[in-house]
Amino acid sequence: MIKLEGLTKVFPGHNIPAVKELNLEIKEGDVCVLVGPSGCGKTTTMKMINRLYEPTGGKIYIRGEDALQMDPIKLRLDIGYVIQEIGLFPHMTIEENVATVPNEKQWPKDKTREKVKEVMTLVGLDPDVFKDRYPTALSGGQRQRVGVARAMVSDPPIMLMDEPFGAVDPITRARLQNEFLRIQERMGKTIVFVTHDIDEAIKMSDTIAVMREGELIQHDTPSDLLSAPADEFVSNLVGRNRSIKRLHLIRINEILEDVSRGKPLNEDAKKDDIEKQLAESDIRSVIVVDRDNKLKGVIGVNDLKRKAGEVARDYCQDVSDTITDDATLNDALSVMLEIGEGYVAVVNEDDRYQGTITLGDLLNVVKEDS
Amino acid sequence: MLRNIWVWVGIPLIMIGIAAAIVIYSVNNPTDSIVARMLTYERVFRVIREHMGLLLVSMTGATIVGVAGGIMLSRPSLYRIGRVMETIVNIGQTVPSLAVLALFYTILGLGFRVAVFALFLYSILPILRNTFAGIDGVEHNIIEAARGMGMHPLRILTRIELPIAFPIIVAGLRTAIVINVGAATLATFIGGGGLGDLIVTGLSVHRDMIIINGAVIAAVTAILLDYLIGKVEERVVRWA
Amino acid sequence: MDQLLWAVFDTLRAAGNGMMLSAQSDDPGLFMQTVNWISRRSEMLMELMLEHLWLVVLTLIIAVIISVTVGIIISYYESMAQTVLGICQILMVIPSMAMLAFMVPLFGIGFTTGVMALVLYSLLPIVRNTYTGIRELDPAIVEAAKGMGMTERRILFKIKIPLARPVIMAGVRTAAVMMIGIAAIAAYVGAGGLGELIFSGISRGHQPMIIAGAIGVSIIAIVFDYLLYYGEKRFAVEGRTREGN
Repeated sequence: MIKLEGLTKVFPGHNIPAVKELNLEIKEGDVCVLVGPSGCGKTTTMKMINRLYEPTGGKIYIRGEDALQMDPIKLRLDIGYVIQEIGLFPHMTIEENVATVPNEKQWPKDKTREKVKEVMTLVGLDPDVFKDRYPTALSGGQRQRVGVARAMVSDPPIMLMDEPFGAVDPITRARLQNEFLRIQERMGKTIVFVTHDIDEAIKMSDTIAVMREGELIQHDTPSDLLSAPADEFVSNLVGRNRSIKRLHLIRINEILEDVSRGKPLNEDAKKDDIEKQLAESDIRSVIVVDRDNKLKGVIGVNDLKRKAGEVARDYCQDVSDTITDDATLNDALSVMLEIGEGYVAVVNEDDRYQGTITLGDLLNVVKEDS
Repeated sequence: MLRNIWVWVGIPLIMIGIAAAIVIYSVNNPTDSIVARMLTYERVFRVIREHMGLLLVSMTGATIVGVAGGIMLSRPSLYRIGRVMETIVNIGQTVPSLAVLALFYTILGLGFRVAVFALFLYSILPILRNTFAGIDGVEHNIIEAARGMGMHPLRILTRIELPIAFPIIVAGLRTAIVINVGAATLATFIGGGGLGDLIVTGLSVHRDMIIINGAVIAAVTAILLDYLIGKVEERVVRWA
Repeated sequence: MDQLLWAVFDTLRAAGNGMMLSAQSDDPGLFMQTVNWISRRSEMLMELMLEHLWLVVLTLIIAVIISVTVGIIISYYESMAQTVLGICQILMVIPSMAMLAFMVPLFGIGFTTGVMALVLYSLLPIVRNTYTGIRELDPAIVEAAKGMGMTERRILFKIKIPLARPVIMAGVRTAAVMMIGIAAIAAYVGAGGLGELIFSGISRGHQPMIIAGAIGVSIIAIVFDYLLYYGEKRFAVEGRTREGN
């Protein structure tokens, strides 16, 4: 889909090239993450793909076509672009912001409106609530979503993303990442993604390209990168605790079946049942759900003694936080540390209970791999 | 709606009404024969017409040249010159308006055209500076996002840079108008006519009534224009 | 628009003529005439310049005392602030000729009229900057001072005013530069100063006199602006190191 051949960029007034003889091929539908310390040339490489920077040497092919021979405006209109500071236009409403590329392409008004609605819903922003707001009225996370929606609205086959989730807090970032991966699963875009965060790279990517001082050091799948770093620089970058990093690679739904710990209690269950289940439980608690399999709460050993009641509903307490089944094991670990429990309840997109993950499960995964 | 009519029509009409009342009273009740001879409707209308002529011609020209110049200087190829220009404009604005008019008189002589030209040049300064500063102040990542999405440079200028800079450009226009209205009353000294005529005449024949008439009309004009553009300013920044 | 084009045309022609004139050796150019006139009348020039400065400095002192006081008062009474600032804004918008004209029936021709008009003009920049300078202080600082048991009076003099001083200085600078220009106009109502050269030069058609007056006023304005700019910066730097401690 995208092929870079001997790509070189020397900025005027500099002796050392910012990017040197870079060869890289990105397959259709892949997320390729460019990662490396600041100043390694990853952003420069990305900006040459949509020709915000003109290469001083080498070739760029997009679907076999020489990108350097194309009209840069036309080229950019077909490449979605998200930058770190998002760059939303402050004087335009969210709807107008998202409609930027359709307006440049002069789509009919109805089609634009329709598509804007669709893509806003896709990134989790209710169009009726947000479309007439101005960017200043949005939170950081919401702005990032608008940035992604704006890049996706014209359905470009290729997207360039420069630290798109950089400017938000870690929890919001994890959520945005998961949502983005869910969208990507459906859309199958070819994505070039720049980050300096190796954890994010491992989580988001199909392939990772590690760069240093303008050169490509290694281009591999995340698991190959973790198990066989090309040199010391790469192994330092991925860090010593590589097996823990694998937690980024595995999604909860991939292991949930293996760690199944029986059915949850119905909210109408009698005290005897509760006691029986509690005795079997390895987390000294049982999860309670309602008739629709929605999470009701949790009963710990002490709750049974402290409270009075007939059925499970009377004993159960609210859970502090849950996690969705498409999050990574690392996200699960974060939530456990956050709520201070050795387990976390997993729900799906519709809030139905799916199972429970414990610290022990995570340990087993790490052990198996190393 | 009612509020809008009040803001845009009501208050301005009241201001004009006050000025008109003073003029009508003074013309109909002259204190002596000198005032009667010097303060006529004909004369008042003439100086108002001249004054508006000075304002309109010089401000229109200054706005066109100032905005166009500011845009040109903000282009990457001329940006360095723009920076130098900023300093020159700042010094230029320090020069008092009377000095500017006087210097133009020594070069060009007396007359309406000279006054218009001096006012025109003097009013360019704030407009040019604010246009340049407004466009220059647009955040870099906004421009880059627009470029990266494939917007044409001309469209970036008209759809992104100018709208974002608009409040600052309007602020420049406001400064220019206030300076211009003030300086226009000085045009009389170099034969440019205008409301200053009434004031100067009144001073030379020692008739306060004539002085007050000129001063009131000039003041109302200035306050009204400043008020209106201030209201425009309030409305354009709804997104900030 | 037509008028404007004519004006541009006139300037070009005049500039052309000017160059021709200075090329002719028997007629000393306007520049040389001016230099000669200035060297002959340097004493009078000096006197007028001092008069001009005296008018400006005296007015500035009065204006600062009044405006800073008003600014401090309205910083305590929020409800008054917008009205007072609105009135100051209107005062500053009034054309200077009109303002002087209003003063003449009240104070007659002379120095007082000039001082009164100038004071009214300089209200807005200083009052506004004093007000915003105090209002926009970090509320935590004031709270800390209160918490430590400082009286409101001491908070004002030891905390608020020193911290707002750079902003107030900026207002004083704006006011001063404006005053120098208006003081020149005030010469028309007998307030004296370099403006006299401009006015009598115009009425007599004496060009070197006009140029000397106009350039003199401009130089004073530019120098004042420059000096106060550095004063402002010094205050700002001082403020920063204090905050740093």
